[in-house]
Amino acid sequence: MIEVFRWLIWRELALALRRKAEVLTALLFFVIVVSLFPLGIGPEIDTLREIAPGVLWVAALLASMLSLNRLFADDYVDGTLEQLVISSQPLALLVFGKILIHWVLTGLPLVLISPILGMQLGMDMDSIIILMLTLLVGTPVLSLIGAVGAGLTLGVRGGGVLLSLLILPLYIPVLIFGAGAVESAQAGLGVEAHFSLLGAFLIGSLILAPVGAAAALRISLD
Amino acid sequence: MNFFTKAFWLKLSSPKTFYPFAGKMIPVFMAITVVLTLVGLYYGFVLAPPDYQQGDSYRIMFIHVPAAWMSMWIYIVMCLFAIIGMVWRTRLSDMMAGALAPTGAMFAFLALWTGALWGKPTWGAYWVWDARLTSELILLFLFFGFIALRAAIDDPQRAARASALLASVGVINVPIIYFSVKWWNTLHQGSSVGLTQKATMEDSMLTAMMVMTFAFWAYTFMVAFMRVRNEILEREKNSAWVTESVTQRVSEKVEGK
Amino acid sequence: MLNCVDLACVRGDRPLFSELNFNIQPGELLHVKGHNGSGKTSLLRILSGLMLQADGEVHWNGENIRKLRDEFQRELLYIGHLPGIKGDLTALENLRVNSGLGGNTITENVAWEALGKIGLKGREDLPARVLSQGQQRRVALSRMLVAKAKLWILDEPFTALDVKAVAMLQSVLEDHVKNGGMIILTTHQDFSVANIEVRVLHLGISESSI
Repeated sequence: MIEVFRWLIWRELALALRRKAEVLTALLFFVIVVSLFPLGIGPEIDTLREIAPGVLWVAALLASMLSLNRLFADDYVDGTLEQLVISSQPLALLVFGKILIHWVLTGLPLVLISPILGMQLGMDMDSIIILMLTLLVGTPVLSLIGAVGAGLTLGVRGGGVLLSLLILPLYIPVLIFGAGAVESAQAGLGVEAHFSLLGAFLIGSLILAPVGAAAALRISLD
Repeated sequence: MNFFTKAFWLKLSSPKTFYPFAGKMIPVFMAITVVLTLVGLYYGFVLAPPDYQQGDSYRIMFIHVPAAWMSMWIYIVMCLFAIIGMVWRTRLSDMMAGALAPTGAMFAFLALWTGALWGKPTWGAYWVWDARLTSELILLFLFFGFIALRAAIDDPQRAARASALLASVGVINVPIIYFSVKWWNTLHQGSSVGLTQKATMEDSMLTAMMVMTFAFWAYTFMVAFMRVRNEILEREKNSAWVTESVTQRVSEKVEGK
Repeated sequence: MLNCVDLACVRGDRPLFSELNFNIQPGELLHVKGHNGSGKTSLLRILSGLMLQADGEVHWNGENIRKLRDEFQRELLYIGHLPGIKGDLTALENLRVNSGLGGNTITENVAWEALGKIGLKGREDLPARVLSQGQQRRVALSRMLVAKAKLWILDEPFTALDVKAVAMLQSVLEDHVKNGGMIILTTHQDFSVANIEVRVLHLGISESSI
């Protein structure tokens, strides 16, 4: 079982490293979207500081969603997904492996670059640390929930747009508590409640999402 | 017909039996819809007294509140049908889920529309980021997602299973979303002039709302049955009984002339 | 032994086949025949557990494959229409990864040997995307040379292969059957394997007679 999982991880990493540009796309998208807001709203730093948590979180949400399109699509087209589905290992485990690597390569970079963007929007250091922590707990939830949608929309007409229609409403709780925590921190209030809830979302989706995504893949390959 | 035996429900769950049954029920539900709507509107628009604060503008509540209730109920019922269809692989349950979705979306939209019309004289703006309205908006998005996913998949079996999975995800998430939005709203201290503000409701108001809700239920069943009948014909067009019933109907029409 | 009971398949609203009963024992090769659209690929996908049948059951050693799942999949090698290889990985990596994901980790030497045998000598280290269609097909099929699975399900294995490769493949099939393996395959080519009786299953006869 561990052997098969190791092959999967090796494969995902090898494929990603041979297509570095695609890994960077989500990150660049995140940076560009955040940079657009001052241009649209004006350089008034107080205003920017006030909207920064929401802007950064919405941008992270969109970046994470955009990269999900590719999660299973390539494997679906070339038939390797079929082989994963009929592998002798639980599909949910393999799906979890794919989501894990996907998050490490597209979600984690968002977390790491967020301090720079936070500073651009005039956030103070304490809030930036909270921002990073919320993204660290929140973006895996986005990848996990998104994987179910990515599985469902495989090979479907207008898959990309449909994916956003299915997934974005489900992202709302993560957005509310993720951005809410940063706002609380900026206002000098406590953030424990936010983190408890984000943690609960993470645990819930860790348990349910791989199983759901595996079911979605079976349906899409039927 | 004994409604309480398992055999009755099993038999009814086959499209062939359901098709004529639904056909008989549609006029019944249509009559109930018309009568209850008239009664409900009479109670709401004539018998119920004007509100001491809002005057007559509050009367749109007799549409708004039942529509909002209905949209939530339909979402739950729709998801249950979809999940039942997946677990027991009954085609009819899936068809019911598909038939309920547009009506649910319509009620969600109606709730938002009437909410906006009520909001203008009450809050001074058509749209306020109130927790209820925001949740209703998200519910509308969820309906759209369900409908769009079904529409995007050609194979009916695959569409059924995919939308059932989406429905399961939705059922788990709806309470979380609802709770989050409520929490978000209290945190941001949005204007919260809700219905709850009124401590007592006149009996005639409550009656009107209940009657309107039942009218909407009857309407929902009526249109859902109509859609399911179409869907049955479409999906079973190759089967003998459909051909038979269609030719019979055509010959009746010809004879009628 | 694989046993099908009253199998039925519906695509869209079109029934492809129904009440299909057959079994296959160790040391047997089953050739599924039928015109285009008769449900050959669907049947193979049902047997491999990728697709859900409309009715009936597939049994492996007397138990439903839906219940067995992992135990059955371990005994199964399925090679479908799609190549199932990654253009960005080399031929060697593809073979090792595919095998490894199927629960059969092989050493690099074994993989080199298999690729050489199937006629890809000197191309082992090239990314699969620069290989020709026939060569990509060989990369996919090379799994058969290292497989430990008992039941092989092959959908049009001979497509895009030259005469030499087809002959080579047939000898691989022969070895597998002689060693007590089972093979179910579809192909439009005339084909025979020396010393082995090929059982034939016709799909969609009723439709073609219309």
